[in-house]
Amino acid sequence: MTSAAPFDVERIRKDFPILSRELPGGRPLVYLDSGNSSQKPTLVIETMREHLAQHYGNVGRALHALGSESTEAYEGARDKIAAFIGAPSRDEVIFTKNASESINLVAYAFGNPINTDERFKVGPGDEIVISEMEHHSNIVPWQLLAQRTGATLRWFPVTDEGRLDIEGLNELVNERTKIVSIVHQSNVLGTVNSESPILARVREVGALMMLDASQSVPHQAVDVAELGVDFVAFTGHKMVGPSGIGVLWGRRELLDAMPPFLGGGEMIEAVWMDHSTYAPVPHKFEAGTPPIVEAVGLGAAVDYLTSVGMEEIKQHEKELTGYALDALQEVNGLRIIGPRTVVARGGTVSFTMEGIHPHDVGQILDDVYGIAVRVGHHCARPLHLRFGIPATTRASFYLYNTTAEIDALVRGLHHVQKVFG
Amino acid sequence: MYQELILEHYKHPQGRGLREPYDAEVHHVNPTCGDEVTMRVKLGDGGKVLDVSYDGQGCSISQAAASVLHELATGSTVHESLSVVDEFTRLMQGRGQVEADEDVLGDAVAFAGVAKFPARVKCALLAWMAYKDALVRSQA
Repeated sequence: MTSAAPFDVERIRKDFPILSRELPGGRPLVYLDSGNSSQKPTLVIETMREHLAQHYGNVGRALHALGSESTEAYEGARDKIAAFIGAPSRDEVIFTKNASESINLVAYAFGNPINTDERFKVGPGDEIVISEMEHHSNIVPWQLLAQRTGATLRWFPVTDEGRLDIEGLNELVNERTKIVSIVHQSNVLGTVNSESPILARVREVGALMMLDASQSVPHQAVDVAELGVDFVAFTGHKMVGPSGIGVLWGRRELLDAMPPFLGGGEMIEAVWMDHSTYAPVPHKFEAGTPPIVEAVGLGAAVDYLTSVGMEEIKQHEKELTGYALDALQEVNGLRIIGPRTVVARGGTVSFTMEGIHPHDVGQILDDVYGIAVRVGHHCARPLHLRFGIPATTRASFYLYNTTAEIDALVRGLHHVQKVFG
Repeated sequence: MYQELILEHYKHPQGRGLREPYDAEVHHVNPTCGDEVTMRVKLGDGGKVLDVSYDGQGCSISQAAASVLHELATGSTVHESLSVVDEFTRLMQGRGQVEADEDVLGDAVAFAGVAKFPARVKCALLAWMAYKDALVRSQA
């Protein structure tokens, strides 16, 4: 699908019913929390409703008419997502519950006694590399892997500007490294990391590389073949799709070598009382009845994003981000945590305000102005420790946000300062 | 929610800073938002609360609640202050449906509005739970 019309944010807002609702007390909704979870367009809501109302049946295992219609919709969603991310094969797209599950699935393949592939063998002396700017979902699974196997967890530091510090790349990624897993776009800093220098080193030492693309796939065109990494994880609910559905993309040859993650229905080829053989990918990794309607909804989300155009979305967010960075830096005592220019940066802006705790900032913005932001450590506590702060306030933008909403945010922040001044 | 009294305590906390001597020290954190409080309690004869000293960081609600607690508990008795803690806990956990007993709560009644915000209740309770814990340890 190509973009049908020039980008018109007012037209886009009409596609999202929730954006025109009022909050109690007649406050209009100013939704600046899409980095947390995005809102849903009518197309996604209606597609899911239609599937439940007309086509619902179990997938893969029901031979009746509804079963085949449901299977067709579910597998059709896989095709759409494969096309959206440039996957060389549809079978490389695995449906999971969320990005966390996708990362856990990959981590579980390492140091696993039933996986005899050399590339996945992990033990004492081996190293796993992440970064200091990771979401907990790209930290804890690797900590668990290190604990299970005796391997060492290491990480890239972050610069004061909020960029990945790759100065020590050649030492950090070495012949002991088995996997490097880093975030594509930081959910706190907004920083977009360039994978290429790291990937070049990863290939030199024969390790594998994973990207947590939860914050990039919704906001820019991501082509997994072009990226050249081995695994990519993302989630549906941040890209105008429903919650409960995530994606793992992996190179076919690696997915084939990996053991199943969860055992159960439909992930098998044949089962005896004492052993089983497994279905080919992707179904090997989709045990049990999957989130059928959610997958169909994610397919519709991809249709919607494609119809608007990922380049157009990226450009719109770039304009919003530049506008927000300028406006926020005018606020006294406000410190932006992350890059202060739009270069290699997405529409997530986190900040602190001198003498005012983020929980108080968020509460007043919500109570008085209906502005939804996220406050806290945003599941990236080590990154906050790195900057010596317990929490930040985070505004995150998406295709439906406007500069007027950023103006409202700035007005709200001035009011917050008045209350606590 | 942001009553003048809460803001006043936040901007000018009473009795803040850790002091000697003390019978017990506790450290409580709120893992979801990173608020934390370190609290010391010094008891005297007849269950008298001689001092409640504290330090911490966090939002206005958590820090003001510590300041109000200091005022209410210091100079009171273990028995009296625990009844205030119980009434405060009942108010905070009442989802905004509980009528506060102002005679028992004194200034702490200003936090009544917080009870309507489930996400903030734990901020208000942080120091009060730490105090209860410190009392148990002082008497152990």
